[in-house]
Amino acid sequence: MKLIFHIWRQPARNKPGRMVRYEHANLNPDMSMLEALDVLNEDLILKGEEPVVFEHDCREGICGSCGFMINGIAHGPLPKTTVCQLTLRHFRDGEELVLEPWRARAFPVLKDLMVDRSAFDRIIAAGGYISIPAGSAPDGNDILVAKDDSDRAMDAAACIGCGACVAACPNASASLFTAAKISHLGLLPQGQPERDSRALRMVKTMNAESFGQCTNIGECEAVCPKGIRLEVIARMNHDFIGASWRAR
Amino acid sequence: MSAAAPGIAAPVRVLRFWNTTIGKKAVMAASGIILALFVIGHLIGNLQIFLGPDQFNGYARTLRHLPELLWPVRAILLVCVTLHIWSSLQLAVVKSEARPIGYAKRTPAGSSYASRTMYWSGPIIAAFVVYHLMEFTFGVGGTPYHEFDAYGNVIQGFKVPAVTIFYVIAMGLLCLHLRHGLWSLFQSLGFNHPRHMPRIKRAASIIALFVFFGFSSIPLAVLTGLIPQVL
Ligand code: HEM
Ligand code: FES
Repeated sequence: MKLIFHIWRQPARNKPGRMVRYEHANLNPDMSMLEALDVLNEDLILKGEEPVVFEHDCREGICGSCGFMINGIAHGPLPKTTVCQLTLRHFRDGEELVLEPWRARAFPVLKDLMVDRSAFDRIIAAGGYISIPAGSAPDGNDILVAKDDSDRAMDAAACIGCGACVAACPNASASLFTAAKISHLGLLPQGQPERDSRALRMVKTMNAESFGQCTNIGECEAVCPKGIRLEVIARMNHDFIGASWRAR
Repeated sequence: MSAAAPGIAAPVRVLRFWNTTIGKKAVMAASGIILALFVIGHLIGNLQIFLGPDQFNGYARTLRHLPELLWPVRAILLVCVTLHIWSSLQLAVVKSEARPIGYAKRTPAGSSYASRTMYWSGPIIAAFVVYHLMEFTFGVGGTPYHEFDAYGNVIQGFKVPAVTIFYVIAMGLLCLHLRHGLWSLFQSLGFNHPRHMPRIKRAASIIALFVFFGFSSIPLAVLTGLIPQVL
């Protein structure tokens, strides 16, 4: 199988980059997109060129390391699928693919397709946790959680922090990411004591990291590999508005 | 906690809230609700034009002879328009700064046309509102104007095809703005439930279409001579 790649090549942070065309005829439709890049890189290394840098770790769609734009869609055309899980059989033989890094002021490109997502870590550090004495494991069923709440908390907790929501949003908003964490913890009894301060601090940090506002257009939901829903953003808005009201 | 607990003063809280993206969106949503309610009320009032000149002019005169109603409503609308536009301008800056380098290729994956064009439809509606007030409230829009003959002003105004065309286009954009805005405001204010949201979206589309066809019917009726052109 043959594919024609146009890949963003950028040697380092703050260095100018450009799109470079690569053709590869020796691809297998069962390969993942990342394996295709591995094969391409082997060729580049043999030719003495710089391999294309991209992030990856688990290659099972669960760690959140990988991700780039394929033809203008974060993680490519297959819904609920990270690029590491996206196989080439979803493309036509000879198709042209434009691969670009996530674009956001808060996500500076480090090299080629790799961006610095530590802004996400700072949002989490601002309140995406619960403060409890971490002793031995608590007894099961010690704290009862309604089934509906636990389901919705689990759905929100599925976020892997890949950054596709930011990349897909026309405003480069981190609302889906931040809201997933605020919802995950805010729906559970253990998350209640810090619910107000969590919403206030995480939203403040999200704004300070120069992510854009949410205009509820739903691009994030459409590309999220974990199927996080727009509802979590309403929940974040709800918690934030209430917490701002109660703030003292 | 007791009411005496040392607190953050209310103005400071308001300012902090305003200085967040979620705060500004809440202000947009709240002002948007009031503007939308006005739009619907205005439409119902205007549709009386189909009941004839006496009914319509009577309605217009009643409004002007109720300053204790007219002026508070105008003041509230002015505040809402100011807040709505002011926050939209500030958010437009936030949005443009959030992605300094754009994509070479971009494919919408799940958003509606209406939602992607909010920052276009809004300012064009603003331009329309300015012209609309010049034409029918202040009488300086370039079409014949007689105070207290609202019916005649409408007829004379919409006889000009260019005026009617601009009007209908503006109503199309208002329809798009409302189609997204009327459900988005629930989300912005913190309400989204999987069971209710589809209904809210459907209602938003129906109201948006009602606004479009309702308002557009008037100039089109004038232009096609469906409304008696008494003077
Ligand atoms: C009759 C006039 C108008 C009505 C009824 C109206 C209504 C609304 C509503 C209900 C929203 C949704 C708010 C939300 O998502 O929370 C909205 C959003 C918006 N409006 Fe308006 N609006 C009007 C005029 C304008 C004008 C004149 C402008 C700009 C100059 C404007 C710009 C915007 C923008 C940019 C948004 C999107 C905000 C965002 O999602 O960040 N609108 N409008
Ligand atoms: S590499 Fe872990 S999610 Fe893709």
